[in-house]
Amino acid sequence: MNWLIEFLQTLLLTVLDVLPIAAVLIGFQLLVLRRRIANLGRVLIGFACVIVGLALFLQGLEQALFPLGTLMAAQLTAPEFLVTDGSAVLDTIPWQDYFWVYAFAFCIGFSTTIAEPALIAVAMKAERISGGAISVMGLRLTVALGVAVGIALGSWRIVTGAPLEHFIMAGYLIVVVQTVFAPRMIIALAYDSGGVTTSTVTVPLVAALGLGLAAGVPGRSPLLDGFGLIAFASLFPIIAVLAYAQIGAVVKRTRGSEDKP
Amino acid sequence: MILASRFFFRTLLGSLRDLAPIFLVIAVFQLLVLGQPIPDPGGLLMGALLVVVGLTLFVMGLELGLFPIGESMAHDFARKGSLFWLLVFGFALGFGTTIAEPALIAVAAEAARVAADGAWIASDEHSLRQYALGLRLTVAFSVGLAILVGLLRIIHGWPVHYLIIAGYLGVVVMTRFAPAEIIGIAYDSGGVTTSTITVPLVAALGIGLASTIKGRNPVVDGFGLIAFASLTPIIGVMAYGVLWS
Repeated sequence: MNWLIEFLQTLLLTVLDVLPIAAVLIGFQLLVLRRRIANLGRVLIGFACVIVGLALFLQGLEQALFPLGTLMAAQLTAPEFLVTDGSAVLDTIPWQDYFWVYAFAFCIGFSTTIAEPALIAVAMKAERISGGAISVMGLRLTVALGVAVGIALGSWRIVTGAPLEHFIMAGYLIVVVQTVFAPRMIIALAYDSGGVTTSTVTVPLVAALGLGLAAGVPGRSPLLDGFGLIAFASLFPIIAVLAYAQIGAVVKRTRGSEDKP
Repeated sequence: MILASRFFFRTLLGSLRDLAPIFLVIAVFQLLVLGQPIPDPGGLLMGALLVVVGLTLFVMGLELGLFPIGESMAHDFARKGSLFWLLVFGFALGFGTTIAEPALIAVAAEAARVAADGAWIASDEHSLRQYALGLRLTVAFSVGLAILVGLLRIIHGWPVHYLIIAGYLGVVVMTRFAPAEIIGIAYDSGGVTTSTITVPLVAALGIGLASTIKGRNPVVDGFGLIAFASLTPIIGVMAYGVLWS
């Protein structure tokens, strides 16, 4: 019974979330375009599926994954877990001792990105319009790898206390240089994959990891250091996708030159 | 009916495969690294079931509802030939979907607390709410503007990286002037504004438009709207921080 009430609450929130979108769509369709929507029944069923599906998805995450995930982030960053022999002084934990934190950050970044619904949507579109040249799974695995590396590096940044801006700007510089050399076809999609990785599944878990880490590491303030992990998670997939396309292009070129002579 | 149920089960299998890694990571770290039992395994299983069914329905709904509507509206706008209304639509879509975004509401409240701690605003309830609302409007406006400019780009065929690099420059310049406390929040705000329902819709809109206009390639020109919409809020939030500090 309790479960049902919670679900209805989530459903209501999702509907409220969709309401402005629906208002814009319907308003323009009726007032500006003045055209009937083709297959209206099907579209409405689709919308219902999206809303109910998203509500169930969020409800399941809230109920099962988020509490456990945030608890684990807190436990992994707790000094009691890091200092097992009891001899080390708490405020001088070397950054290497956070090994399990980086491993967790990598794994959770990878696995939540694979499950991210918005990325699935963009990958499906990309495969269809590229005529299969970009595969759904290939794109998703590349993006997930980028997020994983980004979040692991971001955790390391919080532990060492290096300034966030330096990493972001270095990342931007790499993206700009890659853009010059990457195949033109992939550029826009690569940029987009940065924005889609961080929505429903990744943000809550990663934000909890960042804030827990900043609260647990001596000398860090959650306010100054706790944020920024999500920025890493949206920058690194861009680098990963550009690199993937570039490697693909180079492989194709060397293969082509082998075939020719 | 048979076709629909086959579609459902194929999507269901896909969702299971997509979600398996998360459960594996959680189980391995909890049992092997932390060495603790899973609390409330029944609840976890129930939650997992909801997540799998939810993702399945969502992916089915994408194909049935969100993709077709985004594309058909792009075609209709192109046929109507009114640039003005297309741009108004793009702005409204960006603004409307962002202003109500729960993740943004959370970030805005957090930023208001930072501002109050920094004594840029009074720390009473009214000023906090005022500041948070102003921030949300700023971000929603930035996203609306981003979609508008992004649509103009598709129509004129400007290369996407000019816009993105200009956005990066904007971020770099603003970072120099913004108060240190707001920077992390600003960078994160770029990631939280693109919600799960907006992304497929905006992607379908861009691709639909690029495939309707002669001389545009849907792969080269159709993407890029989401990227730009996650850059402008970073600049917006930092500018807002500068104005108030």
